[in-house]
Amino acid sequence: MKKYVLDLKVVAVERLHERYVLIKLTDSQKLPEMLPGQFVEVRVDGSPSTFLRRPISINFVDRERNELWLLVATVGDGTRRLAELKAGDALNCVLPLGNGFTPVQGSEKVLLIGGGVGVAPLLYMGAEMAKKGVEPTFLLGARTSKDLLMLDEFKKFGRVYVTTEDGSAGEKGFVTNHSLLQQERFDRISTCGPTPMMKAVARYASQAGVDCEVSLENLMACGIGACLCCVEKTTEGNLCVCKDGPVFNIKRLLWQV
Amino acid sequence: MASLSVKIGDLSLKNPVMTASGTFGYGLEFADFMPLDGIGGIIVKGTTLKPREGNDYPRMAETASGMLNCVGLQNKGVDYFCEHIYPQIKDIDTNMIVNVSGSSPEDYAECAARIDALEGIPAIELNISCPNVKDGGMAFGVTCAGASSVVKAVRAAYHKTLIVKLSPNVTDIAEIARAIEAEGADSVSLINTLMGMAIDIERRRRVLSIGTGGLSGPAVKPVALRMVYQVAHAVNIPVIGLGGIASAEDAIEFFMAGASAIEIGTANFLDPAISIKVRDGINQWLDSHGYTSHQDIIGVI
Repeated sequence: MKKYVLDLKVVAVERLHERYVLIKLTDSQKLPEMLPGQFVEVRVDGSPSTFLRRPISINFVDRERNELWLLVATVGDGTRRLAELKAGDALNCVLPLGNGFTPVQGSEKVLLIGGGVGVAPLLYMGAEMAKKGVEPTFLLGARTSKDLLMLDEFKKFGRVYVTTEDGSAGEKGFVTNHSLLQQERFDRISTCGPTPMMKAVARYASQAGVDCEVSLENLMACGIGACLCCVEKTTEGNLCVCKDGPVFNIKRLLWQV
Repeated sequence: MASLSVKIGDLSLKNPVMTASGTFGYGLEFADFMPLDGIGGIIVKGTTLKPREGNDYPRMAETASGMLNCVGLQNKGVDYFCEHIYPQIKDIDTNMIVNVSGSSPEDYAECAARIDALEGIPAIELNISCPNVKDGGMAFGVTCAGASSVVKAVRAAYHKTLIVKLSPNVTDIAEIARAIEAEGADSVSLINTLMGMAIDIERRRRVLSIGTGGLSGPAVKPVALRMVYQVAHAVNIPVIGLGGIASAEDAIEFFMAGASAIEIGTANFLDPAISIKVRDGINQWLDSHGYTSHQDIIGVI
């Protein structure tokens, strides 16, 4: 897929919660083709401590409005600066990067498991599944009900199950404790979230014999497979998360699950 | 339009802008963003005789105006390069230069000899300055005797343009450059990264997997410029300058310090088309200042 450097225009920055913003971007041209699970490297201007671009996963692509959505957790100076963007500002993006989730095939039953801000790419994945006539099932986990992001958007495309660590919404506990996993069988799980959560999901999947792919977020510099900084150990040796991932089938990883 | 062509030994560059090893892959990764044949040369990823897995993750730490890396020369080895990568890059219409590394003078020489046989590779850049590998690498580049031994072995095995990349982690870089010139190198490029460290204060441990890494980016530019100036005054072979170059103005500074050509490294990560922009910016600067060639400003200070 051809990659571009684009100065996208900020349409809106919506604060979802004190730690999360949804940045909606557009372009005067039709936005390039982008796949669920791919990501964007954004340049952060006006933050002296932010030297490198920041990789942000593609949350949603609204083709009718020609919008690209990025869901950003404000964790450091760079992401805080992104949260301060205003409508009309430009955001320099390199996109689309990496390989996305495996597209749904036939009437496959796919479970999309997300944790925290890691739910971001699952919205676009679920939307693309729905477009093909396959209803996705979302299992979304967070610390508290306030950290559950964009639930109304997820509900537009499929069934949504929820866990919170404090029990303030859905079932109490972690995603891997949810009763859904005992009640239903899925053909594939695609997951994105904190590494401990993804490892727990990978453990469940390998024990249950369910195909599973995870979206990694190793620290990276270039985003295009040139610097070899974001490597993950795999059955094929060190691979770049940016270029060979970020989505990997767990069979390719050397995770002890 | 000023003339930007320049010669490094027998190597003719259409313009003095190249991309630095380890920051531009094999060039192909950047083909969507810029015309690869628009720059004077592409120095591809460090290549060794045998495949190397490199160091463990984490290999990178962001710093003020720069970054540390300890990639550790991850590459699939020279045979893989010759069989699988060379066919993909040999027809790119610019100088495709291979950065060669090793753990002994014999290793370096054998790797260089394999690349000597590739018609489409007109030059190598000898990496005697990688700070991220235990065996060899920078160990050769920090003493005159070590540097001489590697260059001597490679010079006997390699017949095209030989560029040697210098380490800044030394007391007197000019002395090393003179030793390399004496062994028949055609050019020196400098600087490789400066050895540094980052600490994760919450975990009370060093950030990078091997503890230290090489610092690059605008943070190192003043150091690089000073060393280019020193080396350009010490040797008669052409000097290639690199270290934090991110704009045409930066490049002009390096020319004035004595560099005949420059390499762009870390800036490629921030803007994948930066090298073309620097080329165009050099041209505009020369035009607006009444110079007909960038050679008119090399070493003017």
